[in-house]
Amino acid sequence: MLRDEDRIFTNIYGFGGADLASSQARGDWDNTADLIKKGRDWVIDEMKGSGLRGRGGAGFPTGLKWSFMPKENDGRPHYLVVNADESEPGTCKDRDIMRHEPHKLLEGCLLAGFAMGAHACYIYVRGEFVREREALQRAVDEAYDAGLLGKDAAGSGWAYDIYVHHGAGAYICGEETALIESLEGKKGMPRLKPPFPANVGLYGCPTTVNNVESIAVAPTICRRGASWFSGLGREGNTGTKLFCISGHVNRPCNVEEEMGIPLKELLERHAGGVRGGWDNLLAVIPGGSSVPLLPKDICDTIRMDFDSLKDVQSGLGTAGVIVMDKSTDIVKAIARISYFYKHESCGQCTPCREGTGWMWRVMERLAAGRAQPKEIDMLLQVTKQIEGHTICALGDAAAWPVQGLIRHFRPEIEARLADSLQSEAAE
Amino acid sequence: MSVRRLHEQQPEAFAFSEDNLVWAGEQIAKYPEGRQASAILPLLWQAQKQGGGWLSEPAIRCVADMLDMPYIRALEVATFYSMFNLSPVGEHFVQLCGTTPCWLRGADDLKAVCRKIIGEQGNVTEDGKLSWLEVECLGACVNAPMVQINDDFFEDLTADTFERLLEDLRHGREVATGPQNGRQASAPEGGPTVLKGNM
Repeated sequence: MLRDEDRIFTNIYGFGGADLASSQARGDWDNTADLIKKGRDWVIDEMKGSGLRGRGGAGFPTGLKWSFMPKENDGRPHYLVVNADESEPGTCKDRDIMRHEPHKLLEGCLLAGFAMGAHACYIYVRGEFVREREALQRAVDEAYDAGLLGKDAAGSGWAYDIYVHHGAGAYICGEETALIESLEGKKGMPRLKPPFPANVGLYGCPTTVNNVESIAVAPTICRRGASWFSGLGREGNTGTKLFCISGHVNRPCNVEEEMGIPLKELLERHAGGVRGGWDNLLAVIPGGSSVPLLPKDICDTIRMDFDSLKDVQSGLGTAGVIVMDKSTDIVKAIARISYFYKHESCGQCTPCREGTGWMWRVMERLAAGRAQPKEIDMLLQVTKQIEGHTICALGDAAAWPVQGLIRHFRPEIEARLADSLQSEAAE
Repeated sequence: MSVRRLHEQQPEAFAFSEDNLVWAGEQIAKYPEGRQASAILPLLWQAQKQGGGWLSEPAIRCVADMLDMPYIRALEVATFYSMFNLSPVGEHFVQLCGTTPCWLRGADDLKAVCRKIIGEQGNVTEDGKLSWLEVECLGACVNAPMVQINDDFFEDLTADTFERLLEDLRHGREVATGPQNGRQASAPEGGPTVLKGNM
């Protein structure tokens, strides 16, 4: 288990205050100017050396992403945009950072912005998080009053402004280019890449979009050193991670743990174990609704990190762990996820706009046993026609849960269809 | 995608209150010159609040004019984002999360409570106090099942506590927000397994 002294988010549950003085007592904003005076390259090298991979789902190395920003300013301003549009089903970690640890995020924004030559940062908070947005705005106001933001942020000589912006209920705005479109005042429809945001992003200017957790861990990494962070977990999967454990466990919770913790240990140590005991486990969705589920036999031994989960054809995603015990109608559970993607497709690309609705309708029929066995393969084929054929990853995210279900629970679906065929024949 | 249309009955006109005009000016100032369209979501949101929880066509036009945007661009935005209610809602507008993590923990029971007390989705009770809508993941999955009522989350609900909550709201009684079972935020019920020195 991760030792308490290695935890970054020491107030994640909000037992302490979220105000500036309480945050400073926990170590936030300590000698920030000294970190900045070590220079832009130093900050980026620390982030690269730490091995931190983006915490928003895709797992792209954060330091490398920062280094893509142009070194020289060509007259266009640079922007940091923080993706706080947390909407992936199963995920509720950024919410806790915003309401209980906002100063970690703000200090991270300053360090990240400095490292990429940005003087302005927008934090895009999902619309439903009204109280979290208010908490964040309070922290921003406090930071300005204390001189930690503004013309000479934290006494570093770097001018830095942070603005809190919000969405209005669209999952797709968690996709970075859709988020930029939305921030510009348009419908949140993803842009074609290239050009990448590091060259043409917000208002046509160089922009980096990062997840809340990725930014909020940056100050601690810079302060304690890249080697401290990379000493946790294993190569390519370093550091600590906030896990969200929901569904059929005895005590659902968020918890910060070391990357690579065995799933079973994570659930039993922190969430009181699976309801009815480990043997009552049916399946786990390990990284938010977009990733394929894992049946119990894989859950027995799997470790929770990017590469281990990729090896079993799933993913760490946002580390939103959704647990399902044997009472679950697994087909219905995935059908509900299919409905989610149908609801959230922005409608720009035909395979996704039409395909998500198509998949959902077939899934509902499979759940009810009202389908022909051959439709299972037809459905699988349709998921392959959606996957990889859309501008953004929402098409993939809609296809994967269905693929995972068919991969691991095909006999269950077939038995259901056979049962209903039999009862029809009997009538 | 979902089809969203403007309500058939629209008010004559809409104008922001003095306070909201000042507030809107502050929002627009967050964005670079010429990029005032960026403020459209916050402004539409405030217009919805002022309009009693729903967004009317005159309000959308008013915001478009303030931001120097063609009406069609503002209409596109208002119909794209699901938090803009395009028809009237109850004074206490319940958004019930029905996505898988909440569904696994009993969102269907909460839906039954809504049907019993409020009626079908979109229906506003006769006293104007309550209406409800099933929405997609609200981002409080470890505190499932949950609902959002206006600006607040109510978490770790059961059919009983939810029914009591709706009755309390309807009768104007004070209610506690957040987890309804005594939990501290997202910590496990009964207390955290880590950082025990910090409690």
